[in-house]
Amino acid sequence: MKDKNHDKLYLYPIWVRIWHLINAIMFLALVFTGLTLQYSSVDFEIIKFNYSISIHNYAGIILSIFFVFFLFANRFTSNGNYYQFHIKGLYDRVMKQFMYYSFGIFKNEEKPFPITKERKFNPLQKLSYVLIMYFFVPIIIITGYLLLFPDIIPKNILGFSGIHFVDLIHIILGFVLSIFIIVHVYFCTIGKTPLSNFKSMINGWH
Amino acid sequence: MKKHILIVLFLAMALLIFSQNEAKTSVKHSKENSKCFACHGAHTYSFQNDMIERIVTKRMNPYFIIDSVLYYEQNHKSFECIDCHSYDYTEFPHNNDLRMEQMPSCLDCHEGDDATERFNFEEIYEEFHESVHSTKHSEEFTCWMCHNPHSYKINARTNENVLETIVYDNNICLSCHADVDKYQLISDKEKPNVIDSHDWLPNQITHFARVRCIECHAQITDDVLVAHQIQPKSEAVKKCAECHSKNAELLASLYQFRAKENRSKYGFFNAAMLSDGYVIGANRNVYLNILSGVIFGLVVLVIFIHAILRGVSK
Repeated sequence: MKDKNHDKLYLYPIWVRIWHLINAIMFLALVFTGLTLQYSSVDFEIIKFNYSISIHNYAGIILSIFFVFFLFANRFTSNGNYYQFHIKGLYDRVMKQFMYYSFGIFKNEEKPFPITKERKFNPLQKLSYVLIMYFFVPIIIITGYLLLFPDIIPKNILGFSGIHFVDLIHIILGFVLSIFIIVHVYFCTIGKTPLSNFKSMINGWH
Repeated sequence: MKKHILIVLFLAMALLIFSQNEAKTSVKHSKENSKCFACHGAHTYSFQNDMIERIVTKRMNPYFIIDSVLYYEQNHKSFECIDCHSYDYTEFPHNNDLRMEQMPSCLDCHEGDDATERFNFEEIYEEFHESVHSTKHSEEFTCWMCHNPHSYKINARTNENVLETIVYDNNICLSCHADVDKYQLISDKEKPNVIDSHDWLPNQITHFARVRCIECHAQITDDVLVAHQIQPKSEAVKKCAECHSKNAELLASLYQFRAKENRSKYGFFNAAMLSDGYVIGANRNVYLNILSGVIFGLVVLVIFIHAILRGVSK
């Protein structure tokens, strides 16, 4: 679909935008409450520990429900195509994009993989999104649910307390995903203007 | 072949005799106490009723049945029954007036006792008298209400399995707070409901299984190894961060008997808790904290430089 007045692509259908918005809000709530839980203190509480627990639990459950929705939507709509990639030549493509972000962007070089209707993500984006959405997020969701029902966790895993082991994975992945969010938001400013990608998230047009 | 069988039989006999002697010598006063256990260790007892001139069998009052196995495992296992109870109990039928006998309190024996000095009984006594158990109830509330004289044994110091200690110690509290009959010995309240009164507590089952009641309901002091100053309900710990933080209170109470070197193993704060569980906020890792801080700082720095270079190159 092309807009009559602009040379723009309609890349983000309404369900993607709603999912993305909810995902973002829940993600931020989880990162914030996750930090308050991990670094809780008697002397300084931004938010009460039990409130943090409740918000973290509810946000995690909502995020996981929308994650399942995302998996189904990607399976049954063309949006899933954007997450498929070929291993052959992947390294070269990713490195090409990496070199562009590292050097080419400062020389105002042409983007090596411009966005088209068929290519919503550049290779580096695609690789990171696939890793995040199909590997890290499922693990953090599973470990999150295990921590929600700690009695089902084995008492001992690899010599560690089972809960401790599961929580370590959950916390490390939480940190990795938090770093991803920071980088993700920064990369969103690399558009025609620093705000153009954020506008796209609202109106769907790129 | 016969010779071998004889040797094996001889060794087996010797082992049997030795083990029997061992069992006998390990239980002090078992012979004297066996006269009491003959009736008080069973559900029924028999005696010669001279008035009707025959042996009769009666049911033992269940509250007067003493489990001899538990008795010979507990703190005062070397005691003869009449060390605490009147000598007149050696006569049967027991004199009815004996029911009125004044039972000894802990301090009657332990005050100034060098052998038990490390337990600081005097301080425990003072703490107990400042606790709600003492201030809100009559003198009927004695040490024996919690510490069953026939079965109580120290646990927290001696049992490496903290989860077992938690169950053991919590069962002491529940012996009243979940038992209407015993509770009403000293209270007019109809039915204590521990589940309802803790409905605000997230993950109630996990908390009940992983911490002792006294962790939140007793004032922790340095002088006494196990806190005895039970606080009023309004003073109970309700702030989660008291335990869920780097300076977790649990380390000063439940885990105080764990070796100090265990407390920072592999960089984990409060590592003494880790073998039995995990406390969010208390078991953070110093190395992971540093690593995550460095990575976070580097990411922000790279983004900052990248943004500036982008701005300059436009």
